[in-house]
Amino acid sequence: MSETMSEIHDPDAPQSTSDMAMTGRMDVSAVLEGAEIPEVVSNIVFDLANVRVFYGDFEAVRDVTMQIGRNEITAFIGPSGCGKSTLLRSFNRMNDLIPGARVEGLLAYHGFNIYAPDVDPIEVRRRIGMVFQKPNVFPKSIYENVAYGPKVNGMKVNMDDLVEECLTRAALWDEVKDDLKKSAYALSGGQQQRLVIARCIAVKPEVILMDEPCASLDPIATAKIEDLMKELAKDYTIVIVTHNMQQAARVSERTAFFTADVDAQGVRHGRLVEYGPTRRIFTAPHDPRTEDYISGRFG
Amino acid sequence: MTATLDIAPDSAPVDLQGRGQPLVDKTFRWILFLCLAVGIVFLAVLLAYVTIKGWPRLTPTLWENMPSLRRPEQAGAQSAITGTLWVIAFTALFALPIGFLGAVYMEEYANPTSRFTRFVEINIQNLAAVPSIVYGILGLAIFARALALGQTVITAGLTLALLVLPVIIVSTREALRAVPQNIRHGSLALGATLWQTTWRQTMPAAVPGMATGTILALSRAIGEAAPLLLLGAVTFISFNPTGPFSAYTTLPIQIFNWTKESREEFQILASATIVLLLVILLAMNAVAILIRNRTQKRW
Repeated sequence: MSETMSEIHDPDAPQSTSDMAMTGRMDVSAVLEGAEIPEVVSNIVFDLANVRVFYGDFEAVRDVTMQIGRNEITAFIGPSGCGKSTLLRSFNRMNDLIPGARVEGLLAYHGFNIYAPDVDPIEVRRRIGMVFQKPNVFPKSIYENVAYGPKVNGMKVNMDDLVEECLTRAALWDEVKDDLKKSAYALSGGQQQRLVIARCIAVKPEVILMDEPCASLDPIATAKIEDLMKELAKDYTIVIVTHNMQQAARVSERTAFFTADVDAQGVRHGRLVEYGPTRRIFTAPHDPRTEDYISGRFG
Repeated sequence: MTATLDIAPDSAPVDLQGRGQPLVDKTFRWILFLCLAVGIVFLAVLLAYVTIKGWPRLTPTLWENMPSLRRPEQAGAQSAITGTLWVIAFTALFALPIGFLGAVYMEEYANPTSRFTRFVEINIQNLAAVPSIVYGILGLAIFARALALGQTVITAGLTLALLVLPVIIVSTREALRAVPQNIRHGSLALGATLWQTTWRQTMPAAVPGMATGTILALSRAIGEAAPLLLLGAVTFISFNPTGPFSAYTTLPIQIFNWTKESREEFQILASATIVLLLVILLAMNAVAILIRNRTQKRW
């Protein structure tokens, strides 16, 4: 959480090296394959209307209106401090954990405002899972990592079967099936991140939010996670925040480009610039700021 | 090799003779070492002195026999050893659950920005600095007199529990704070409640730190004499405590009583008992260090 905070408060924060590397000439061939996706989202899971996220008096995200479609992968891209992670964390009320954070506007999940006073954030988070930037496996065995979510949610299932199913879906089963009792810390970073994904799908969520899931992984582990995302998108709705534009182009159906406005006091406020089918965003962006960013002329 | 030399033929000759201040540096190093040595040497002298002086009485009679005023050459400290065990058991019984749960409240539940939390926080730090004799007076007034528990094991246990409570709270909070935030977030993001997260993730991960702090706090309580001087431990006791409402004495008090006696045999006995007390304390600290080393940070 504190990372997100400092990222937003620091106007001079340099963009990460990967950010820089990816802002070179953009290879858009990845987006040119596959079926055409319509501009309008048809099967809406999240409906955002004028959503603003505040930390105390500081408005971190300004006025976002967008819809997120079912079984689609939606990518949030943009420079550091543009509020994309902050917005993502408001989708499952993880921002509640920061004292002083609040959301204004309407953030509806299947038509229900998830910030309505009678909504239990625990229930929201069970349906809307999250994968973090650093693989945050629990200091327990591989088996217990997967079984934890179902246990705390009181799910009555055959745990052995569920663990196998989830690890298989996360493309990890073959690598760990003989080591289920071993500590999850013995796994590599890429394996840990797939374990976190297995742990997330064990509670049978509908949505998986991914906050820069590959930021700490090497290209091979990243490729595995990306393949996994495409596979999971058949059953889950995925929203991913990424600094890597190639990744957004490779995996997502829709892309939202965020940037930061600097106000008179020099404070940065994140805002949504453009949102649409990934192919259209990367090949024919409407907004010049989007074009500057994806072609590497940003800032 | 020659190629590199050819490139810079005109450069000044390389001077690798440092311009440091070897004398100042060496002197300072010796001063630092001497400061450390003063402490260590005094401790060593003290240990050697009591060990040599108490050596004739470092026999099983020391823990097998009861204190005696008439036959010091036969007297032992058994009632003080069992008394110490009884008192410390009650201290742990009262101080640990309250200390752990209080720390969990402060660290996991309380709003860190609220004024009340900060007020409590400052006062816990202050309580840790209150002289132990003050706790003795408090114990005498409240537990012994107002609650009519008398000068018994339970009064001593309650008083010492109050004495070490701030230390336990502070060390437990530090142990909890050392657990990475992303483990809590990982658990909460799966739909676990705050209590489930605390009980199943945060506290188990903090156990090594909590154990270390607890042992150090209890070893402080074992060595305490001042508050117990007011709470009845001074009386001559030549029987083992029979229960929480029994009269008692403890090792530091027994040592205090014997050093008051003029006969040389009692001085030797006191030295032997000091060695015994030190061995117990060093053993407890060794266990704390062992726990700390066994459970190196896994994140």
